[in-house]
Amino acid sequence: MSNTKAELSINKKRKQKIRNQKIKDFLYLLIDHKMGKIGVGIIVIFLFVALAAPLLRTVSPHQSGNASEILIPPNSQFILGTDDLGRDVWSQVLYGSRVSLLIGFVSALATVVTGTLVGIIAGFYGGILEEVLMRIVDFFMMLPALPLMIVLAAVLGPNIWNIIFVVTLISWPTTARVVRSQVLSLKERPFVEASRCIGAKNSFLMFGEIFPNVVPILFAEAVIMITEAIYAEAVLSFLGLGDPVRMSWGSMLHFAFDSGTMARAPWWVLPPIVSIILLIIGFSFLGTAVSDILKPGYKEKKGL
Amino acid sequence: MKTLQFILKKLTGALITIVAIAIANFAIFRIAPGDPIRMMFKDPRVSTEQLQAMRVKFGLDKSIGGQFIDYVKQLLHGNLGFSFWQKRPVADVIGDRIGQTLILVVTALVIATTLGIILGAISGWRNGSKTDRTILSLSLVLYSIPTFAMGILLLLVFGFILLLFPLGGITTPASGFTGFMYLKDVLWHMVLPAFSIVLWYVGEYILLTRSSMVEVMDQDYIVTARSKGLRESVILRKHALRNALLPVVTLSGVNFAFAIAGVIEAETVFSWPGIGRLTYDAVMKRDYPLLQGIFLLFAVSVVVANFIVDLIYTRIDPRIKTGAAHE
Amino acid sequence: MNILEIKDLKVYYMTKNGPAKAVDSISFSVEKNKTVGLIGESGCGKTTTARAIMNFVKEPGEIAGGEIIFNGRNILNLSDGELRALRGKEITIVRQEAQNALNPVMTIGDQIAEVILEHERIDKKAAWQRAEKQLDLVGISHKRAKTFPHEMSGGMRQRGMIAIATACNPDFIIMDEPITGLDVIVQRQLLTLINDLRNRLNLTALFIAHDLSVVSETCDEVVVMYAGKIMEKADVVSLYQNPLHPYTKALIHSYPSIRGERRKLKSIPGSPPLLVNPPEGCRFHPRCEFATDLCRTVEPEIRRINGHSVACHIVK
Repeated sequence: MSNTKAELSINKKRKQKIRNQKIKDFLYLLIDHKMGKIGVGIIVIFLFVALAAPLLRTVSPHQSGNASEILIPPNSQFILGTDDLGRDVWSQVLYGSRVSLLIGFVSALATVVTGTLVGIIAGFYGGILEEVLMRIVDFFMMLPALPLMIVLAAVLGPNIWNIIFVVTLISWPTTARVVRSQVLSLKERPFVEASRCIGAKNSFLMFGEIFPNVVPILFAEAVIMITEAIYAEAVLSFLGLGDPVRMSWGSMLHFAFDSGTMARAPWWVLPPIVSIILLIIGFSFLGTAVSDILKPGYKEKKGL
Repeated sequence: MKTLQFILKKLTGALITIVAIAIANFAIFRIAPGDPIRMMFKDPRVSTEQLQAMRVKFGLDKSIGGQFIDYVKQLLHGNLGFSFWQKRPVADVIGDRIGQTLILVVTALVIATTLGIILGAISGWRNGSKTDRTILSLSLVLYSIPTFAMGILLLLVFGFILLLFPLGGITTPASGFTGFMYLKDVLWHMVLPAFSIVLWYVGEYILLTRSSMVEVMDQDYIVTARSKGLRESVILRKHALRNALLPVVTLSGVNFAFAIAGVIEAETVFSWPGIGRLTYDAVMKRDYPLLQGIFLLFAVSVVVANFIVDLIYTRIDPRIKTGAAHE
Repeated sequence: MNILEIKDLKVYYMTKNGPAKAVDSISFSVEKNKTVGLIGESGCGKTTTARAIMNFVKEPGEIAGGEIIFNGRNILNLSDGELRALRGKEITIVRQEAQNALNPVMTIGDQIAEVILEHERIDKKAAWQRAEKQLDLVGISHKRAKTFPHEMSGGMRQRGMIAIATACNPDFIIMDEPITGLDVIVQRQLLTLINDLRNRLNLTALFIAHDLSVVSETCDEVVVMYAGKIMEKADVVSLYQNPLHPYTKALIHSYPSIRGERRKLKSIPGSPPLLVNPPEGCRFHPRCEFATDLCRTVEPEIRRINGHSVACHIVK
């Protein structure tokens, strides 16, 4: 008895080792990939900016200046000038990265968790349960995403958590679909069959045996979801549905656009636009790199 | 026979989806916090009795079930509700705008799909070449720029700085143009909004066509075509592209939903008087009945677009006719 | 007269561990109106040879040396345009697994007419009529010209491939395992058809298969390949009745005879070597029961023995 236990623990250690090696290989391939390198670089810069915002800022982003400080071009005090209420654009851009990244990461996490649960359950159990779940998925995928997000955000009220909820509600079906099709092929594999034969419970089969095998795809899905969530937040905020308390890049553009002073104050418009585009490009490139790496045969081609 | 069965199945699916959309649409707007009547008459001088009268007028005094039956009845009569902001029936407000949106969206989609398919096909055909890498990274970048951001950039550069194109709207105000001059004026105004949609959408189509093309190029029948000594142009057109376009066509139904997003963003930036700009205004004015009507229109049009794509598919994929093309 | 002469052909696949020598210095020729069989286990270089004859080796493979003389011209020196004119017209190929080798969105008639239109000055209507004739020739009714590949059975698809390959009266046809993966009755029918066409059209062909019994009915001469090398070459009757090379013997004993002779089947122990790092000496020695030290160190030359060409030290 104790013998098998020891064997099990050795087995576990070996598995852990293999996993670590896999992660190492993956990171190596990512940095080796041209787009992966650029993507990771951009994302790391923005993560740094988001974390270090309080250190990098010159003035509080909310602080309204006095009348003489309205719409002044970049100078030594206001690195990127001020907006129509005399607020510092530089600090707004810094703090905006927090909103984008927060919404991106939290929505992606919520999406992947929901999508995986639905996908695994539907794929594993099959039958009527699968039919019903997949019909719901199909229905959500049929709805036009932006109008639905606009309507929900308008109805629920502008607030960062509502935006996360709305983005998640729109995105989970894609993940559910991807996971389900994976599970359908995985559950027929011998190792699942073997585990079932020795009397493993369904919950163990689903989350102990099948789930670890969908993790790589989930990672790719998560990167795509982050990209889409950042994109969605930017659009919603630009359309005036952003959280008024937490100024995001989209909201900055909304106010600039709404004020009608866009043409006079390019320093107010360009920084958030460039930030949005760069961050989305960063995640798009990372996503492309990840899906390239996960393609069968890529690893072998690179000599690993 | 199989084709008919296929179409009937898709039609039933589409109808069920439309019913579900109608129900969802009703439900979403019942969870709205606050009293819609209060929102409509913000003036505190309006008395409680008057408000109650308005509630009765709009049927808001009834139970949820009763309200739903009213809603369905109205829908079946083509009545989408009453716009608080415009003080007109929603159907009329939307009806005034539909033409402008269609002309913009059709133009943009035609340009974007043509360009996207051509560039994507070249990219996939020359997979791994320098041309391919250039097209691929260009499309990834384009695909990463939100339409509204692209719109603002185009507006700043071509509108404000270079003064090449008008800043917004659909015609030059009070110009009195008629006939050909009027058409030219509209096209002139359409250039920037159309291109901000095209530039995003073209990225999407390049990526789609390319990946489908790359897959097809690996197929055995391409090797056969080569072993027949066919010219490259024939292999590209008759063998590679015809097969590669099948998944692209399937996805164009789904892409239609993305096109709606692009239209909302572009119309907002360029004040193009269509449904997209109307959506923005409805959000700003918190005009829920109008928003509800617009959402219904968008959702139903996506369902219809998908159904049309299915119909096209039965014509271009011979495998549908015998039921061989299961997913 | 030789239609095709392969001299010292080498095809290498470039891998990260160095070149895999899929075809390593092979030479053989095909006489007019004769059919040569090319046999060996999967991965021995048969299909690669077939592709090389059409100068059609896929990346990361490349033709590393040798000559392929077809009707007096070296195929490896032809321009792209000349190759196009050659393929489908002078040299054609019937590929295995017609299910994937036919275009799913074109009718079989179109796929036949297309090759005629490409190579001959002919209008569309006439090409279509020729396509219908071709279908009749291979035993599919011309009424089925407008069917798509997925509406046809496996045997019919393979007949369709043959119709395409014979459409322009080629000088040389490569049949790359044309009956593999089909059930036995269909295999039988296809072999009858191929033999019939061989006689009626005076075909010159290379017939690739992985067992001898199929080849024994259709071919005049047989080339046995192992791990990119030729092991033995002889006329079909002599090879079948009196195989010299141990590999040929093993191969004959590992497949049931299609003529129905009863005998005990024997499998060949071990598996073919990795071509990146092939064994020294004779490539077959690790699986050969007669192997000597000489076989393990020195690669055997091809020698003429009793009318056979054979690469083996122990055959006397």
